[in-house]
Amino acid sequence: MAEDFSWIRPEPAGLRIVPADVWIDPARAVGTALVTHGHADHARGGHGRTIATPETLAIMALRYGVTEGAFPAPLHAPITLPGGVTATFVPAGHVLGSAQILLEHAGERVVVTGDYKRRPDPTCPPFAVTPCDLFITEATFGLPVFRHPPIGQEIARLLAARAAQPDRCVLVGAYALGKAQRVIAELRAAGFHDPLWLHGAMERICRLYEEQGVPLGDLRLVSDAPKGALAGAIVLCPPSALNDRWSRRLPDPLTAMASGWMRVRQRARQRNVELPLIISDHADWDELTATIAQVNPAETWITHGREEALLRWCELHQRKARALALVGYEDEDD
Amino acid sequence: MERFAALLDALVFTRSRNAKLALIARYLRETPDPDRGWALAALTDGLDFPAVKAGTIRALMAERVDPVLWTLSRDYVGDTAEAASLLWPAPDHSAPDHSGPDHDVMPAPGVSEAVEILRATSRSTAPAALAGLLDRLDANGRYALLKLATGAMRIGISARLAKVAFADAFGVPVDLVEEYWHGQEPPYRPLFAWAADGAPPPRTDDRPLFRPFMLAHPLEDGVAIDLESFAAEWKWDGIRVQIVHAATDQGGETRVYSRGGDDISSTFPEVAGALGEPAVLDGELLVRGAHQGGETGGAASFNALQQRLGRKTVSKRMLEDFPAFVRLYDALVIGGEDLRDLPWTDRRARLEAFLPRLDPARFDISTLIAVRDFAELADVRARAREDAIEGVMLKRRDSPYVAGRRTGLWYKWKRDPLRIDCVLMYAQRGSGKRSSFYSDFTFGCWDGDPDAGADLLPVGKAYFGFTDAELKWLDSHVRQHTVNRFGPVRETDRSLVLEVAFDSVHASKRHKSGVAMRFPRISRIRADKPAHEADRLDTLKAMIVDPVR
Ligand SMILES: [Zn+2]
Ligand SMILES: [Zn+2]
Repeated sequence: MAEDFSWIRPEPAGLRIVPADVWIDPARAVGTALVTHGHADHARGGHGRTIATPETLAIMALRYGVTEGAFPAPLHAPITLPGGVTATFVPAGHVLGSAQILLEHAGERVVVTGDYKRRPDPTCPPFAVTPCDLFITEATFGLPVFRHPPIGQEIARLLAARAAQPDRCVLVGAYALGKAQRVIAELRAAGFHDPLWLHGAMERICRLYEEQGVPLGDLRLVSDAPKGALAGAIVLCPPSALNDRWSRRLPDPLTAMASGWMRVRQRARQRNVELPLIISDHADWDELTATIAQVNPAETWITHGREEALLRWCELHQRKARALALVGYEDEDD
Repeated sequence: MERFAALLDALVFTRSRNAKLALIARYLRETPDPDRGWALAALTDGLDFPAVKAGTIRALMAERVDPVLWTLSRDYVGDTAEAASLLWPAPDHSAPDHSGPDHDVMPAPGVSEAVEILRATSRSTAPAALAGLLDRLDANGRYALLKLATGAMRIGISARLAKVAFADAFGVPVDLVEEYWHGQEPPYRPLFAWAADGAPPPRTDDRPLFRPFMLAHPLEDGVAIDLESFAAEWKWDGIRVQIVHAATDQGGETRVYSRGGDDISSTFPEVAGALGEPAVLDGELLVRGAHQGGETGGAASFNALQQRLGRKTVSKRMLEDFPAFVRLYDALVIGGEDLRDLPWTDRRARLEAFLPRLDPARFDISTLIAVRDFAELADVRARAREDAIEGVMLKRRDSPYVAGRRTGLWYKWKRDPLRIDCVLMYAQRGSGKRSSFYSDFTFGCWDGDPDAGADLLPVGKAYFGFTDAELKWLDSHVRQHTVNRFGPVRETDRSLVLEVAFDSVHASKRHKSGVAMRFPRISRIRADKPAHEADRLDTLKAMIVDPVR
């Protein structure tokens, strides 16, 4: 049994596709890397060749200066790799450009999800269920306590908090790539068309989203705000800036944070968050388990997250599973 | 339940005391009876469902969720009620034999419906009743229900804070809220009728009710008091009590109350049994000093009294070895007549006239200090050697008995000025043989008037001064009153007053409080004292010896 799927190997630096000598989301520089999406823990610079969706490559060029050796992989178009391996990028629904990677070799089909979610997201195409023999999944929110509420409910809470305290501004901590743009797009979809104010670190990535065809409406920089303009406004910043000196310039900010971790009250309290918004770009427990059932693989590997509980679920449902415990993936702010 | 759940969550995430007050006040104004009364009781630990315990939740989860998944979840979340609220399976996913009619179409229960259902349960019916309610709620509603049902809110809302919020909500004096509150049972309909709708206040003379104490300001150094208008008496080092007797349908009932209004009658049955006429008396509870170094027949040190505190039942031996009595200071009511509006001089005369009718073994009167002027008083105070004397009290001769601490009426002039009452804020595990105990304590003083929204500011840390038995007690207090954890540090619900002794205090720019204490140690646990009566930062600052450094 140990020989099953022996052509794909978890190594400390990441998943290695042995016959093609390529890696998926490697933690160190390699010859050829397949990259699922642009988050820093998955996309690193310094590889000889980087194969990713055009959107992910645009993000990597902007954030990590990766321009050399970039090979675009359009969604659903199979790519032939050495050693008789075919790779196909399939939507993961996580952030702009995010993809699962379907690998085919010797009659076996393997899907590596990278990070994914199942909820609708106006900034990227939805997750595509792809049947396979081996499903290599994330498990960031792999505990049954994580059940994300509908995003509309959380956006409504954000708008209600703003309306209730018109003299304050609501400062929303949100991951700069993906989460921030999704929150903005959902606010627009909810009919909120006032200017949204950004921390400087978010400006370029928001512009990139718009260039890629995701409209975000009237965005402005906090540093350009005239005196008094921010009372009653919604401001977005990276989570690290929430309790930073930067936020002192804001008028009595109500601190909010958009993250799946906000489901647990203690986690929100530890970050001094007054308005926890449970908004995640990862699958919650019900979605992780439902997806395994839908994909219905012969075997499931778990790359990162709270793998213990998901392993237990697989055991209870007579599904063969193992945890890879790959290092270097962190989603603390998702 | 949705509104109550939203209130709970808002309180969990709100740090400022003022904002918490505003949240509770708004809820009380906008929520109808009896929901708001039950909610108020839940916030102030006034609700108890003996049939529902944390074990009930664990047993319910064990039936519905795989034990491994439950344990992983519980450990991650760190709170049984919250973990259960998140993990509770939707009714249609639960056991296949679940065939209750219309189970998933029943609307979410309101607070009062939930309370009525839980009150009607026994140990054997509680699990099914609780499960039926949980099935009708979303995750936040389940959290609120489980917190309400198990009575362990742990969200740092003291009864005092809730009463201040109640007073704010309806624009009534908090002292009256305190007074009327005591006779009331949840859901406090007469209290809301009085405060919100202008109905007459609830009756207070047919039950042995607690009345809020009149308190003293510390006398600042260098201030002289004119003894023409102020009387001086000893301040005794016991615990301040109020002893109340009311004629009731059953004939008569007596209660002994501590500073915070806790009923301690069963701890001091010999005192409770010694008042048989309608009266409300204010005094210091002490034990006779044949033991523990006091004079025979007089008052013993606080250590002797400590032997009697906190016991639910008292042995015969205890009663013999540490007999308690009350040294009376004042009378609020005698023979059904409310004396509180009279000047102190008149109340004192009435108390002296009443004294011969009381058992001299259980009651005496705090004698006045006969001195000609303030300088002589300072001298007498400095020479007072008796263990049971804590200092001197100065009372304006024309002062009415008013609740709380009113400027200019009463002053306390403690013998040793370098003691201060602080509130426990954080505790950290010790090292070495103390590593299993929370033994390093951070305490704070109020940065202003707590009832006006002032917060506590940490003023120091201490890890000695207590006995082994006190350390055990403190450790279990910390564990039961934790509201937050930061690694080895726990934040407590700020309910415990600690008397801290220290050698000196200095101005310090490095500390947010602006002061640094030298050699602070815990000199006494003041479980009898409500947190909002702990000292203010200004009191500590007034003790600074070198403010210019
Ligand atoms: Zn990601
Ligand atoms: Zn990730």
